[in-house]
Amino acid sequence: MTSPLLTVEGLRVSFPTRTRVVEAVRGIGFTVGREKVGLVGESGSGKSMTGRAIVGLVPPPGKVTAGRLMLGDVDVLRASARKMREVRGRRVSMVLQDPRFSLNPVLTVGAQIAESYRAHERVPRAKARDRALEMLRAVRIRDPERVHDAYPHELSGGMGQRVMIAMMLAPDPDLLIADEPTSALDATVQMQVLAILDDLVTRRGMGLLFISHDLRLVGAFCDRVLVMYGGRIVETLAATDLERAAHPYTRGLLAALPSLGRAGEPLPVLERDPAWLEDQR
Amino acid sequence: MIEVENLRVRFGRGKGAVEAVRGLSFAVKERETFGLVGESGSGKSTVLRALCGLVRDFEGTIRVASEAQRRTRTDEFHRLVQMVFQDPFGSLHPRHTVDRILGEPIAIQRLGNADLRIARALFEVGLGPSFRFRYPHQLSGGQRQRVSIARALIVEPRILLLDEPTSALDVSVQAEILNLLMRLRRERALTTILVSHNLAVVGHLCDRLLVMNAGRAVEEMTAEDLRTGAPREEYTQALLRASEGYRRL
Repeated sequence: MTSPLLTVEGLRVSFPTRTRVVEAVRGIGFTVGREKVGLVGESGSGKSMTGRAIVGLVPPPGKVTAGRLMLGDVDVLRASARKMREVRGRRVSMVLQDPRFSLNPVLTVGAQIAESYRAHERVPRAKARDRALEMLRAVRIRDPERVHDAYPHELSGGMGQRVMIAMMLAPDPDLLIADEPTSALDATVQMQVLAILDDLVTRRGMGLLFISHDLRLVGAFCDRVLVMYGGRIVETLAATDLERAAHPYTRGLLAALPSLGRAGEPLPVLERDPAWLEDQR
Repeated sequence: MIEVENLRVRFGRGKGAVEAVRGLSFAVKERETFGLVGESGSGKSTVLRALCGLVRDFEGTIRVASEAQRRTRTDEFHRLVQMVFQDPFGSLHPRHTVDRILGEPIAIQRLGNADLRIARALFEVGLGPSFRFRYPHQLSGGQRQRVSIARALIVEPRILLLDEPTSALDVSVQAEILNLLMRLRRERALTTILVSHNLAVVGHLCDRLLVMNAGRAVEEMTAEDLRTGAPREEYTQALLRASEGYRRL
């Protein structure tokens, strides 16, 4: 873990609206090496925009500024569109939330995986097909030949999500960004998909930035956890220290979860302190 | 209060027919909170929709307050039974104000005294009078779900059906809505059926629960059984493990 795969310093994402400028991300910094880092927050905390900013896919009219935003030695903010196309896939890939909306409905699964691979390697079709089948096997799809020729609507949610992971892994990126990769899935399927991700990341020695709203899940799955609130990182913890979280927001989130142990009792409600939004530096 | 016997629901006909519920029986006593748990496609929501009359074609018996229900339901039935839906973004009319959303059931049931009832309903779900003339898009997810709950409770039903009432919400908001539901259930002496895929939420709110898979009952148990971790069936154990979070193998 010499040079980090991802370095973020002073990242800001803002959206000008008619009346004012909305700041989605307000100056955050972190690094990701060959490890699993969780980025946790509730809706509107800026976690997804952080992920999009890293791959250079913030939708217009959004503005991204940063002191430093580096993927290895590539400066994302100064790279040309052409350079970024090379970077996406090779250095970094992003798995999105809902397979039903993120896969192309009119292309077969195999064609989509091959497309992501052939964007980076000049290989004949037959070789791309082999690669696609290999990737499908890597995400533990039992019948890769059938799934290869299937259309996204013919697959279940869990299979669709595995296909998306396969597609993102085909060009062999250093860093995988997964934005709520399991939120649309049933609990048991969720665990299978996580196990696959865990396995692949460990075996290939990749970095993973796991974006989620589920603090417990991230705590169990990742090595480090960054907690976001109102566009800022309010706390950084080792996953094993989750129970010893110091920030009142993190503690409030943990306490608000219903657990079987204290059923029927009123749940502690999170009191938001406006001071959490203010500058701490 | 609610008895369901050998309920079957089939969608479509011929070769493409799907049997969503395949012979399900359960009973809910007065003032009890009953949970229906299962993964997507288990048929849990269909059971609820058949109960409240949104799914008309069913086989088997549904008895609510000792009365057998047929295809169509009466106004009195809807006075007795109300439902809160999963997605507060989809279940409120986008071009109606909160006032109009809450006024509609009062008009349908000819309850009268709309002004007072709406003000009281808003107060009970913890929304101030300032929310009364807003549109749904001006509200947060949690506020919208509060409006949905107020809409259901404004006709003073005795039975409340909840279809994943918190799964579209952030955990901090989920805690507020669960607390609200627990308080209202106590104050109004409600009989409640809660449908959810989240065992922790069901275990938190319910007295008894039924685990469903592929349209059938897997096992019925008390919340106490769930807490002490004594599900008999393997399927329930797998669900329970998954709800406890990720574990490295």
